[in-house]
Amino acid sequence: MLSRAGTGKTTPMSVAAGKVSDSEKQVSTSALLDVRDLSVSFRDDAGWVQMLNNVAFTVKRGETLGIVGESGCGKSLTALSVMGLLPKRGCRRTGAIVFDGRDLAALGESGMRQIRGRQIGMVFQEPMSALDPVFTVGDQIAETVRTHFPVSQREAKERAVEALASVRIAGPANCATQYPMSLSGGMRQRVMIAMALVCEPKLLIADEPTTALDVTIQAQIMELLLELGQRTGTALLFITHNLGLIAESCERMIAMYAGEVVEDGPVESILQRPLHPYTAGLLESLPGRRAPKSRLSSIPGRVPSAREMPVGCRFGPRCNYAAAACQEPQRLRAVDDRHVRCVRASDLALAGAGV
Amino acid sequence: MRQGETFGIIGESGSGKTTVGRAIVCLIRPTAGSIRHYGEDPFALSAKVLRRHRRSYQIIFQDPNAALDPRMTILQSVREPLDVAGIGTRRERQRKALEALDHVAMGAEMAARYPHEISGGQKQRANIARALVLEPQLIVCDEVVAALDVSIQAEMLNLFADLQRDFNLTYVFISHDLRVVAHISDRVAVMYFGKIVELGPATALMNAPLHPYTKALLSAEPEPVPAHLRNRERIVLQGEVPSPLDPPTGCRFHTRCPLAQPLCSQSEPAWRELAPGRFVACHFAETPN
Repeated sequence: MLSRAGTGKTTPMSVAAGKVSDSEKQVSTSALLDVRDLSVSFRDDAGWVQMLNNVAFTVKRGETLGIVGESGCGKSLTALSVMGLLPKRGCRRTGAIVFDGRDLAALGESGMRQIRGRQIGMVFQEPMSALDPVFTVGDQIAETVRTHFPVSQREAKERAVEALASVRIAGPANCATQYPMSLSGGMRQRVMIAMALVCEPKLLIADEPTTALDVTIQAQIMELLLELGQRTGTALLFITHNLGLIAESCERMIAMYAGEVVEDGPVESILQRPLHPYTAGLLESLPGRRAPKSRLSSIPGRVPSAREMPVGCRFGPRCNYAAAACQEPQRLRAVDDRHVRCVRASDLALAGAGV
Repeated sequence: MRQGETFGIIGESGSGKTTVGRAIVCLIRPTAGSIRHYGEDPFALSAKVLRRHRRSYQIIFQDPNAALDPRMTILQSVREPLDVAGIGTRRERQRKALEALDHVAMGAEMAARYPHEISGGQKQRANIARALVLEPQLIVCDEVVAALDVSIQAEMLNLFADLQRDFNLTYVFISHDLRVVAHISDRVAVMYFGKIVELGPATALMNAPLHPYTKALLSAEPEPVPAHLRNRERIVLQGEVPSPLDPPTGCRFHTRCPLAQPLCSQSEPAWRELAPGRFVACHFAETPN
C-alpha cells in the first residue's frame, strides 16, 4: 500500500532526489554503503579507549545484511556511527563511511540531517523510548514527512495514515490519533517501522527491532520488515544477537567481536562452515543443537575489556585453536567467499550449524 | 511437579508464567485453587511457620541487577538470607555464604566486590548462590538466562544442571526461550493467556506438539541453521494476545488460532490426557491436520 500510494505522490521528489545524486559525480560502485576502516574511541577519566577497530564492510543496494555479536562487541556503535549519532565531545572517529557516493564522515550536522530519516532510516530496540509520549503517533510520522518533503500539513497526515496502513495496522486512521502509551509493544514497533519507511529511505538500519517482543509478534514484525524492504528496494542493515533471525532473514552476515569484524560472508555458507573460531563458538553454544539435558559447549573466558585488549588476535586468549601466529595482530583476509580475521582460517575445519 | 525434576513453563509475556512461579513460592496468594507442597497447603500455615517453610522454596529473578543491593558486597548479599533467618553464628553464616559462592564458581576475591564491579553473568551466579544458601528443595528460575549472551547462557545452563545433580534440586524453569526450556526440562507446560494449554514430556512436546498454539510458538522460533535443514512450516499468528479485561469466550486462543471452528468460540475445550503423560486443552487435538 505504501509503495503504490507513495510512488504516486512522491514521483516529483524521487526524480528530484535522483537528479541531485546524479549531478554529484557518484563513484560508480554497486555498494550503497561502504564503511572503511572505521575506528571509534571514547575518552573518560583514564584517557582514550578504542571501542571500534578498523570496522569495514559494505551494503549493496536492496541487500539484507545482518550484524551479529554479543553485548559490547560494537554492533550498535557501528550503527550509530553510520547515522552520525556519536556524541560530539569525548569521541573520536576515523575512517570513511561512504553512502551513495558521499562520505558521511565529512558531512556536517546540517548535511547529516538531510540524510538521516530521509536516506537512512532507523528502527531501535525499545520503541517506547524512541517515540515521544506527548504527541500522537500520527503527528510524529507527519512531522517526519514534513521535515523532508514540502507538503501541506494535511497531506503529511494522509501519508502518515497510509504508512500506518502499510505496516498492516488495522484502523490506521484511528491509530494515528493514539498516543504511544495506549499501543502494545508490537504496535509501537510497527509505528516505528512506518515512521522509518515513510520517506522511503535507501537504507534501513534496524537495531534489535524485535528483541523486546514476543516470539509470535517477532515473526510478524520480521515478515513485515522483509516484505516492505523487498517492495521498496530498501537495503536492510539488521543488528541482532539472535543468530536464528539472521539465518532466516539475511543474505549476508557479519560477526563482530571486541570491536572488530571477525567474519563477513554469505549467511548460508557461514552457517554450514564458519571460518572464524568465534563464529563457530557462537553457533556451538546454542541450546537445541545437542541432545536435551546434555552439556552445552561454551566459549571459555570473557570478552576482554576495551582497556586490556590483547596485542595479537583479540579472540586468541579464549580460542581453542590459538597458535604462535595468533600473537600477531590479525587483519581481515579474503578466504573463499568471505573475509575472516583469523590467520588459521584456511587450515581449520570448524563445525557449522545443523551437522 | 515431581521431586528432582525440571519443570519448564513457556509462554509469551502476559501469559501468566511468572504469576504461577510466584504463587509456587508463596509470594502471591491464589484467588482460587491451591498450591500444595508435599500435600500441604502453605497458605494454611501460620505466618511464623510459613516464614520458616518458604526457605525451602526459593526464586531467582531475571534481572540480576535489580536483585542485588548495590550497597552490599556480593558476600553480604549472599549471607543476608542466613542473617535474616538467624541460622548459626556469624562465623558459620560467613562460611556457608562462601561455600555457596564456591558452588557457583565464585572465589573469595569476587565475594568482596560490589555488584557494579562484576559482569551480568557473575551477578546471576551470585543470585544463584543467594538462593542456594538456605538449602532449598525447589527453586523457581524466572527467565534467569534471558539477560545473558549466548556463550554465558550456555555456561549458566550447565551450572544449573550441575547444582541440580549435587543438591537434588527441583526446578521450575520459566522462560520465553523455547530452546532453553526444551534443553533443560524434563516436562514442559505451555501457557497462553493465563491457562496451561499443553503439558507433556519435553522431547515429545517439542517434536510433536498437540496444541495449535504450541505449534505456532515452535514454528515462530527462528532457527540458526542453513535453509535446507529448515523443514518447519512457519505459522505466523495474526493479531495479539487479547486483553484480560475482555477475555474471549470459549477457547481463549480462538481469536488467533489458524484452525478455529465455530465450536471454539462457544465452549471451552476440556483439559484431557491424550496419550500417557500428554495433556492438552483443544477441541481438535485428536484430529490430525
